[in-house]
Amino acid sequence: MEVDVARKILDTNDAHAGQNRERFAAAGVFVLNMMSSPGSGKTTLLEKTLVRIMPKIRCGVIVGDICTTNDADRLARSGAPVTQINTDAFGGDCHLAAHVIGKAADAFDLENLDLLIVENIGNLVCPAEFDIGENARTVVLSVTEGEDKPAKYPHMFRKCDSAVLNKTDLLPYLDFDMAAAEGFIHQVHPDMPIFQLSAKTEEGLSPWLNWLTTQVAENRSAR
Amino acid sequence: MHEMGIAMQVVKIAADSIPEHIQNPRVEQVNLKIGKLSSVVPDSLRFCFEVITKGTPLEGAVLNIDVAPVVARCRDCGMEWTIEDAVFRCKECNSGSVEVISGRELDIISIEIAD
Ligand SMILES: Nc1nc2c(ncn2[C@@H]2O[C@H](COP(=O)(O)OP(=O)(O)OP(=O)(O)O)[C@@H](O)[C@H]2O)c(=O)[nH]1
Ligand SMILES: [Mg+2]
Ligand SMILES: [Zn+2]
Repeated sequence: MEVDVARKILDTNDAHAGQNRERFAAAGVFVLNMMSSPGSGKTTLLEKTLVRIMPKIRCGVIVGDICTTNDADRLARSGAPVTQINTDAFGGDCHLAAHVIGKAADAFDLENLDLLIVENIGNLVCPAEFDIGENARTVVLSVTEGEDKPAKYPHMFRKCDSAVLNKTDLLPYLDFDMAAAEGFIHQVHPDMPIFQLSAKTEEGLSPWLNWLTTQVAENRSAR
Repeated sequence: MHEMGIAMQVVKIAADSIPEHIQNPRVEQVNLKIGKLSSVVPDSLRFCFEVITKGTPLEGAVLNIDVAPVVARCRDCGMEWTIEDAVFRCKECNSGSVEVISGRELDIISIEIAD
């Protein structure tokens, strides 16, 4: 006997994401989901970003990490409230699911935040599939990775609203072809804003900060 | 990598879909539609599914996966085509304003229960 089901496999996650989105909108907080391969420089970029935009923009951070608290400790030095989510390496927890973000958000006074940044688990596949109720997504790619990563992980690069090409300070030592990398990104996602920068030396940080603060300001004025 | 989480949801939805009046149900087939853009690896999904269905009414069920191609539509000229090479730019008018109309599916279509 055939039984019709006709459901989305991730409909439970989508429902939780919808609840998160309503809650974030009601509190007027802009939520950014930051994703990348492991080690592309998300935490470093966030450390530098927080220092520059706080306290004018009131920030909070949720960081997902497989089993350490190193990233949370680094980010907490900025003075921003930070919540760490430790996921289990088993059970498919290679991403942050919407209900997990919902629980983590309880630790924040959302009404008094302008920006909540989620540093997702280092992985270019799984986090693209799980909506967490965010307003925007950024993917970080470092120049130590292949230029063709966007073509290999098209879902991630299509889903995101901006891309950071990090670790440009290393370019002199590498064969990385920046034009090819930008070409691959725009082939998958035409017109996506790309920010070339070095989170280490802070060169090129300003256009990225402008993009982010503009997003937050637009969200605030839309209230 | 996220196949385990996907498999768990498939099993939960399939189990919830078994009509209550059936005694000792045995699910023989589960029919899924998965878009190519979703980056689920069918063999990994089958493996995870097999592992977690042991001892449940879904044990031994065949997972049929219908892989949906990535189909795009140009918002400017209306052209529709199947994307094979991860180039999301209109082949007709070169517009970058392209909408993905199929290829992101992660759907459970139906289940087949033994009579
Ligand atoms: N040279 C150079 N190194 C960098 C830069 N940004 C980050 N790194 C280094 O790259 C390594 C990984 O950086 P993280 O910021 O921890 O990367 P991440 O993406 O948060 O890593 P996970 O959370 O483990 O996925 C560290 O050793 C950083 O010091 C950069 O702009 N230039
Ligand atoms: Mg990190
Ligand atoms: Zn066109």
